[in-house]
Amino acid sequence: MSLPVYRPDPEGTHPPLGSPGYRSTALRHPKQPLVLLPQMLTEVTGPLLGPGRLGEHDNDLTRQHAGEPQGQRIVVHGRLLDGDGRPVRNSLVEVWQANAGGRYRHTGDRWPSPLDPNFDGVGRTLTDDDGHYEFTTIKPGAYPWKNHDNAWRPAHIHFSVFGTSFTQRLVTQMYFPEDPLFAQDPIFNSIPDEKARQRMVSRFDLERTQPEWALAYEFDIVLRGRDASVFEDEEDDE
Amino acid sequence: MSTPSQTVGPYLSIGLPWDDGPEVVPEGTPGAIVLRGVIYDGNGVPVPDAMVETWQADADGRFDHPDDPRGRVAGFRGFGRCPTDEQGRWSIRTVVPGAVPGTGGRTQAPHIDVSVLGRGLLHRVVTRIYFPEHAEANAADEVLASVPEDRRDTLVAVREADGYRFDVRLQGDGETVFFEV
Repeated sequence: MSLPVYRPDPEGTHPPLGSPGYRSTALRHPKQPLVLLPQMLTEVTGPLLGPGRLGEHDNDLTRQHAGEPQGQRIVVHGRLLDGDGRPVRNSLVEVWQANAGGRYRHTGDRWPSPLDPNFDGVGRTLTDDDGHYEFTTIKPGAYPWKNHDNAWRPAHIHFSVFGTSFTQRLVTQMYFPEDPLFAQDPIFNSIPDEKARQRMVSRFDLERTQPEWALAYEFDIVLRGRDASVFEDEEDDE
Repeated sequence: MSTPSQTVGPYLSIGLPWDDGPEVVPEGTPGAIVLRGVIYDGNGVPVPDAMVETWQADADGRFDHPDDPRGRVAGFRGFGRCPTDEQGRWSIRTVVPGAVPGTGGRTQAPHIDVSVLGRGLLHRVVTRIYFPEHAEANAADEVLASVPEDRRDTLVAVREADGYRFDVRLQGDGETVFFEV
């Protein structure tokens, strides 16, 4: 039996679970060392979630209600790739976000910016054969939170992707270029490696703007790559 | 050059849950069980803004996936997803998986892979659920064997009338064993 092996990401790519600047980690990060889980069959397989998960207008967050939402219309597009540059095809991409005023349609969000009756802030789409995905949405606003004195989250869109294996499951946040709030945000800055941190920042894409309609941002998502070697089960190899 | 992980934040429940997320198998499936639990923080307080995702083989130990070298078995989603409620509770309806091939010709005890995502978790944490009836298989399981003996019980579900209970303790006394995958 031979199975693919997924490479670990370089040190500094992902945030430490205990990150004191982000206060909510204090009581929620494990203190015992993680135990290494060899990549066996359960880990190298994973849910392959496709068209059955999509509804009409799921990829256009501006068309989910009778009226247009408030704010700056944007197209967000990019590719879902593995670390070897291979496209991840026909794969579910989920997004959720605040409205243009920085308010989420969630009972727990109480900051006094108005809800937008025409914006849910929830989307889903599939990547195509080339790994491309695309959403039309509204540029989310920044919003305050109580993590530290005068704390503001930079504008961001949450992304959830699955890849093709349990080892590749990823939830991340897409940020916008040159946001002045980066410097004070402990969630953005939880990523130790500066270059890795910058991979969460989308690129303004003039070519994909739509005249008199929408600005555009490009955001590629890269998942762990496969090792050249495969895990070989010697006893099955006769 | 992978994209970094970030927290799902406190509002994951607007974007991630599905109506049928907790139904790994449809109602009425023979052998269906309820798997439920509570997620606790380091103070033993239930976590109301987290989510559990599960991935598992079917009752025969097979996956609906092209990288299963025995060939894929179409139709078994294998994936469950449930946000926690105000009391930190989650539950899914599934079947107990069959044994799954391991390394070196060995067999792994039946198990379910679990991701926990939530506010305050910058990266998912990963654990495994094993079942108490499989004492012999559990004793021979290579992953369980790699876990310190005095913590192995955190990976074994507790039998209940209609299924099993698997609580997750993110930190502190009885901290669940979490894996690096």
